[in-house]
Amino acid sequence: MDNSKIGQHISGQFNKELEDIRNNVLTMGGLVEQQIAQAVEAFMTGDTEMAELVIKQDNQVDALEMLIDQECMQILALRQPAAFDLRLLITVIKTINELERVGDMAERIAEMAMRLSDTEGKHEQYYELQHMADLVKEMLHGALDAFARMSIEDVTAITGRDEYVDREYGSIIRQLITRMMEDPRNITRTLDVLWTARSLERIGDHSVNICENIIYMVKGEDVRHMSQAELEDKIVELEGKIKVR
Amino acid sequence: MDSILRSQAKSQGRQEVCIKIENLKLFYGEKQALHGINMEMPKKKVTAYIGPSGCGKSTLLRCINRMNDLVDNVRIEGKILLENEDIYNRSVNVAALRRRVGMVFQKPNPFPKSIFENVAYGLRIQGINDKRTLEETVENALRGAAIWDEVKDRLNDNALGLSGGQQQRLVIARAIAIEPEVLLLDEPASALDPISTLKIEELINELKEKYTIVIVTHNMQQAARVSDYTAFMYMGELIEMGHTSELFTNPKKKQTEDYITGRYG
Repeated sequence: MDNSKIGQHISGQFNKELEDIRNNVLTMGGLVEQQIAQAVEAFMTGDTEMAELVIKQDNQVDALEMLIDQECMQILALRQPAAFDLRLLITVIKTINELERVGDMAERIAEMAMRLSDTEGKHEQYYELQHMADLVKEMLHGALDAFARMSIEDVTAITGRDEYVDREYGSIIRQLITRMMEDPRNITRTLDVLWTARSLERIGDHSVNICENIIYMVKGEDVRHMSQAELEDKIVELEGKIKVR
Repeated sequence: MDSILRSQAKSQGRQEVCIKIENLKLFYGEKQALHGINMEMPKKKVTAYIGPSGCGKSTLLRCINRMNDLVDNVRIEGKILLENEDIYNRSVNVAALRRRVGMVFQKPNPFPKSIFENVAYGLRIQGINDKRTLEETVENALRGAAIWDEVKDRLNDNALGLSGGQQQRLVIARAIAIEPEVLLLDEPASALDPISTLKIEELINELKEKYTIVIVTHNMQQAARVSDYTAFMYMGELIEMGHTSELFTNPKKKQTEDYITGRYG
């Protein structure tokens, strides 16, 4: 945990403000992680109460997003941050936007869970989604962890998983298409499953975006729109720079 | 030191160099105030020096038009090349040098004369007394310093009756009346209110079309706003120099980072 990146300002109040923002981002991240876990569980088990809870929780996430945005704006206006402080705030503003979208995805999964719970009780056919859900939960968790530590040590491992998620998503779609062709009566329900898979896939993408933001924050290098291989090379180059320094 | 030069060279690309400082050392008696400074300042760009008090930024600035010659017990080693010509060469006429390198100080220092005479002064001491030439030059200089509209109806009033912000722009007009190549600004806005400060900053932006400008400022946001290049100095050494946008978002040296983000160094 590298608190020195935030602390050590001559103004203790400034340290506190940045620390507050970081804690709020982590709180928001924790909430969103919980939302996904519960939404996926509700989807698998058909637990409508839990699905409702996820949908309600989204208000909290939205409120936190607005609060953090305001805190960042306040600092930008009053303290004219530079260098790492500036990159931190820009990263926070972008990251909470990603988190809010992840929250929306969780909400959508919860909605699908409610719709599907009306149909027959068994949900075995959705188990193929479980593995994908586990993968994206890990990705998001890793991204938030990297943010908390303000370290880019493990980010390529996280972004690298997106490939598996995409592959898994592709195979789920093929299965769902087969199922729809087998029996057109399945189509409505299968489309709901497809939406859920799509939402999970998006969560993976948002986690990758968060990782890219963290690299910008820590190293000041804009690595968006790079392939995984390019990103890995870049990280080696960036880490090499530190050793020279 | 090598890495500074290299990053400088990289960041400045193929810019034409106006002033080149080579291994400049300055001693006030026993005390060394500048420790082998190397830097290049591109032509018709604004370079800002930032750093804590006593880091040598004003001293360095004053070397560029040999103002330090006036201080007792000063010893200077190294070179400053203005358009490839060493200004510390014995053959250099200091008065002529200062015509090429104008300077404006923190506190506006108009002469206790009329507004017109303040600006005409530099020309008169060069022996130019033709009324038409003087009037034309004074008007152009006052326009160039963005103060013409405010003083055109009272050119014969005493300059000391102007506000601080107006006096500072008048002094800049006086400096550019003799058409120097370089303008050195030592904290030009630190004694001014925010509106006058913005006017000076706006003026700097216009002046760089014609002049190479070097500015010393304590106000980092000001450096960020007005300059193309920023040099961070600490304890008489140049720590880092680069494009202003780069230096303020992603400085390469930890000392720079600590200073511009307000951390304990």
